[in-house]
Amino acid sequence: MQFGIFTVGDVTSDPTNGTMPTEAERIKAMVAIALKAEEVGLDVFATGEHHNPPFVPSSPTTMLGYIAAKTEKLILSTSTTLITTNDPVKIAEDFAMLQHLADGRVDLMMGRGNTGPVYPWFGQDITKGIELAVENYHLLHRLWREDVVDWKGNFRTALRGFTSTPRPLDGVPPFVWHGSIRSPEIAEQAAYYGDGFFANHIFWPQDHFKRLIELYRTRFEHYGHGAADQAIVGLGGQVFMRKNSQDAVKEFRPYFDNAPVYGHGPSLEEFARQTPLTVGSPAEVIERTLKFRETFGDYQRQLFLMDHAGLPLKTVLEQLDLLGEEVVPVLRREFESLRPAHVPQAPTHASLLTAAQRELVAQS
Amino acid sequence: MTTFTVAVVSAGLGQPSSTRLLADRLADATVRRAWSVGAQTSVVNIELRELAHDVTNNLLTGFPGEALREAIDVMTHADALIVVTPVFSGSYSGLFKSFFDVIDRDAIEGTPTVIAATGGSARHSLMLEYSLRPLFSYLHARVVPTAVFAATADFGSDSAGTSLGDRVDRAAGELISMLDGVPAARKVDPFDLPMSFERLLAR
Repeated sequence: MQFGIFTVGDVTSDPTNGTMPTEAERIKAMVAIALKAEEVGLDVFATGEHHNPPFVPSSPTTMLGYIAAKTEKLILSTSTTLITTNDPVKIAEDFAMLQHLADGRVDLMMGRGNTGPVYPWFGQDITKGIELAVENYHLLHRLWREDVVDWKGNFRTALRGFTSTPRPLDGVPPFVWHGSIRSPEIAEQAAYYGDGFFANHIFWPQDHFKRLIELYRTRFEHYGHGAADQAIVGLGGQVFMRKNSQDAVKEFRPYFDNAPVYGHGPSLEEFARQTPLTVGSPAEVIERTLKFRETFGDYQRQLFLMDHAGLPLKTVLEQLDLLGEEVVPVLRREFESLRPAHVPQAPTHASLLTAAQRELVAQS
Repeated sequence: MTTFTVAVVSAGLGQPSSTRLLADRLADATVRRAWSVGAQTSVVNIELRELAHDVTNNLLTGFPGEALREAIDVMTHADALIVVTPVFSGSYSGLFKSFFDVIDRDAIEGTPTVIAATGGSARHSLMLEYSLRPLFSYLHARVVPTAVFAATADFGSDSAGTSLGDRVDRAAGELISMLDGVPAARKVDPFDLPMSFERLLAR
């Protein structure tokens, strides 16, 4: 089981004192948070991709490349990479390059994005969101697996005799997750390729995501990638912790009440009941997170949202200490003891390389 | 015996509210009309006043709280719909519109529907035609020809032929004739994918 954090990369003022970080401060804070993630023993850091204020991460591989140089074990990922509006050729190149620089510590999560104008800004039609996700990903999938690609589609210039460079490290493409909040088609897409499926999970009630994941698992089996319970599932979560539960609630409430997206809406208590948000002691976070497994089955990756809504860097780093020291070691042990032997771990570069080599041997 | 489920959405704010009063009259008339063609009716009331906070939260968070989700589920699976709003500033109330803003676009597609409104005077009655009917056309509901407006004075009127009672009865009759013998439109489950991924790819 992999544990990590995912960040939206919003620049939001701290509602308790009005402090607004500069873009430079926020970018450096994101890097500090990633480095802290490695220091406290987390496995994954994933950054969002946005092309409008108040968000800073428009160029994920630049940031992840820098973090790669400063870390040794951390897997660098995205949450999400816009498969609809980025050129799949550029995604193939950027992430293969990152893969080489990071010695394979790279995977990525495809998403369609949630900011409408990004489509026209990048010359695409938002009503074609699903079609773009399907066609672009199919091209990306081929670019990483075929040395020379002839290709013609509906959304970009045709390719004749094109080789995407650098080729994936060791001939093994980065593992891909498909993230979705709403669309069954994306669960179907993940299942078709035998890729991972990540349920953002944090802004919808649980039973909606339960249906999405069940669909993904069923179709994963249908397409012959393994049994339904061997499908590769990731989940989002959102926590704020202090040793004493009441201190956590007291400290987090102003951030919750003024947060972008859900602020000024439901109360913290209502929202915590309806979504995975857990505000309380490390023990409460452990208990709640273990329940995800009861709902969704054994899964492979748990990412937490820790650094949004104007929380100061110092607080976020304290949160990561608590996560790394008190929560994740227990979760690792518990999840591992519950996981049946036939349920795989999340694929890594090493495991994919071993599998590829085994297949080669089997073929010869 | 067939049983029809009728969801009654009422956006009245007062307690008691004349909007709810009209909603109840429409529901009663529908039950009677159903009975006369040998059908039973199960009526479920959805009081938007009780869901006002949930509706606002849904606008902000993008998902419904439990009570609102239940109400939307009931409405989505109902065989028929009666919707009643007070007239505010010449149109449906903001709460009424917000409720229909947070449901899925296809939630009431094909559902036989009576539209109705209450207002201080009959001068507002055409809002049913220029505001309410287009909204439900957009949502692809099957709206009955008779829309029912109740001005305050109507609750005391006994003039024959055009009385509120007659209009209520006629709308209910139209609703039942739309339902009678017609199998309820099957709601498409978004999780039943319309096509295989291979076909999605080849498109």
